Amino acid sequence: MKPLMILISIALLLTSGTAMAQTAEVTEAVGGSSWTSSIMFIVFVIGTMGITYWASRRTKTASDFYTAGGGITGFQNGLAISGDYMSAASFLGITALVYTSGFDGLIYSIGFLVGWPVIMFIMSERLRNLGKFTFSDVVSFRFQQVPIRVFSAFGGITIVLLYLIAQMVGAGALVQTLFGMSFEAAVIIVGILIIGYVTFGGMLATTWVQIIKAVLLLSGATFIAGMSLYFYGFSLEGLFQAAADRHALGEDIFAVGGLVSDPISAISLGIALMFGTAGLPHILMRFFTVPSAKEARKSVFFATGFIGYFYVLTFIIGMGAIAFVMGNPAYFDETGRMFGGDNMPAVHLAHALGGDLFLGFISAVAFATILAVVAGLTLAGASAISNDLYANVINKNATNQQEMRVSRVATIILGIIAVLLGIAFQNQNIAFLVGLAFTIAASTTFPVLILSMYWHDMTTRGAVIGGSLGLISAVIMVVLSPNVWVQVLGNEEAIVPYSNPALFTVTIAFLGIWIFSKLDRSKRAAEDRRRFEAQYIRSQTGIGINKAAEH
Amino acid sequence: MDQSTIDRIKADPNFQRLVKKRSRLAWTLSFAMLIVYYSFILLVAFLPDVLAMQPFGDSIITLGVPMGVGIILFAFLLTGIYVYKANTEFDRLTAAVREHAE
Repeated sequence: MKPLMILISIALLLTSGTAMAQTAEVTEAVGGSSWTSSIMFIVFVIGTMGITYWASRRTKTASDFYTAGGGITGFQNGLAISGDYMSAASFLGITALVYTSGFDGLIYSIGFLVGWPVIMFIMSERLRNLGKFTFSDVVSFRFQQVPIRVFSAFGGITIVLLYLIAQMVGAGALVQTLFGMSFEAAVIIVGILIIGYVTFGGMLATTWVQIIKAVLLLSGATFIAGMSLYFYGFSLEGLFQAAADRHALGEDIFAVGGLVSDPISAISLGIALMFGTAGLPHILMRFFTVPSAKEARKSVFFATGFIGYFYVLTFIIGMGAIAFVMGNPAYFDETGRMFGGDNMPAVHLAHALGGDLFLGFISAVAFATILAVVAGLTLAGASAISNDLYANVINKNATNQQEMRVSRVATIILGIIAVLLGIAFQNQNIAFLVGLAFTIAASTTFPVLILSMYWHDMTTRGAVIGGSLGLISAVIMVVLSPNVWVQVLGNEEAIVPYSNPALFTVTIAFLGIWIFSKLDRSKRAAEDRRRFEAQYIRSQTGIGINKAAEH
Repeated sequence: MDQSTIDRIKADPNFQRLVKKRSRLAWTLSFAMLIVYYSFILLVAFLPDVLAMQPFGDSIITLGVPMGVGIILFAFLLTGIYVYKANTEFDRLTAAVREHAE
């Protein structure tokens, strides 16, 4: 695979070249020789590329590309799911939230976690029994192909892009901190790596990278949390007291803070985080990478355990960062700004506790985390374009090969857009940005998905109009909110006062679907309602499923 | 799937039992999770002072911290219950339904 090798060499040249040129600056930035950390980092990135290359040679069919051929065990898939979930947002973003506002970070963690069991109880089983592996395949089981696929492609791409921004911001800040280059250059390099990675590896590569990375991230986080506690004789109380003594908020870091100050935003955040999970395209796909329903269920159980453990760690790590990084002149410039931006406390803590070698390790793991999550996301976005728009709407006679080609082109375009948006959003907290992606998912794909499986009266028209209303209202309210309208676009005052609009937009989507389905008297509506029964039986028992999803 | 297969499956007592048992468990567990989580969110939204109480003697740890960790453990526990039931009882019933239908 020549193009792959060229891409890798370009990316590495860029990375190592900049590293050499900037060593002096970096040394200053992290307060020690950073050669060790840079080498550790580069070795790790080459390692993941190697896995991608290996996987790309085994990716033969579209089914391999999307679902890793269905040959992953429950335990492995559990690790891969947690890998998807323990993204840059969780590790860098939540620790950064805990670092700045204490308890508020924990509110985010809980929201991200509790979506899991609910999806599993009311959705995962039925989706699996249907034997469909993307959102649009599920909903087009009952509804008219063309309109529903166009809708789901737009919804999917919007969600993927917002989620991508968060990851790009994290990756950019990380590379910037480590190699001392500008944020823009860092984001561009990340973009190139990601495009190469997804274009040639597909899901098999991302599944394996997710597994390896989940293990490394869990061990790394355990080590940082353990070391933080070690300095206080393994006493949580001791660490927390030290953090409260150091933090400007004092003991209030253990109380609800400014982040979720007004009730509407708090409730909205709760709705978005819980139901958004169910609408995320790259998470839905994971139910199909395992051969049996038993294994799929086990994988969710393992994943919930790993993710829960990880979130408890992020709280301790955030506290550790307050105790060891806050006020430590090695990690701040003269103006008092943290090196690499506000999302970096966990990375600096790794350096404070484990030195250069560990800094390199943690940065590399965090980077690989981002790479893998972004790969999964880009893949989901690309599949929305190649499968939903191209193969099912534009060219219905598309061959497998043509579909793969469109998917690769789509990957490159998505990568470029993500780079541009990443640069625009560079100063936002990444956990917050992920929260917005969840908001869109909760207002767009989630209502359509859940009603299509539970409500026999739903019609194509209701799904498309209601879902689109959810999507449009969510995008508009997010753009007009303080974080985008004021902080990114530089306006004076926000038009919508809430930092999270999910309470309104999820309601709009559900109401829209309900009203427009009820009013729908078309011929197609009768067909949509009639088809519910077959879908219902199949989703309960798996009878009629094609063997491909079962092998 | 043709209409006669659909009708046959619908009439199968094993199918009815499967659907009834699974929905009951799924909704019970989902409501348990929703109630616990939204009680917490409502506390955050309207009664943040409750979460800021320090009930552990001299400790600075607030009520909110163990509550938060407790919710994470609760989610894990619920998932475990569902997986156990599904992998034993529900799979047995599903197998019976499929055999009957084919």
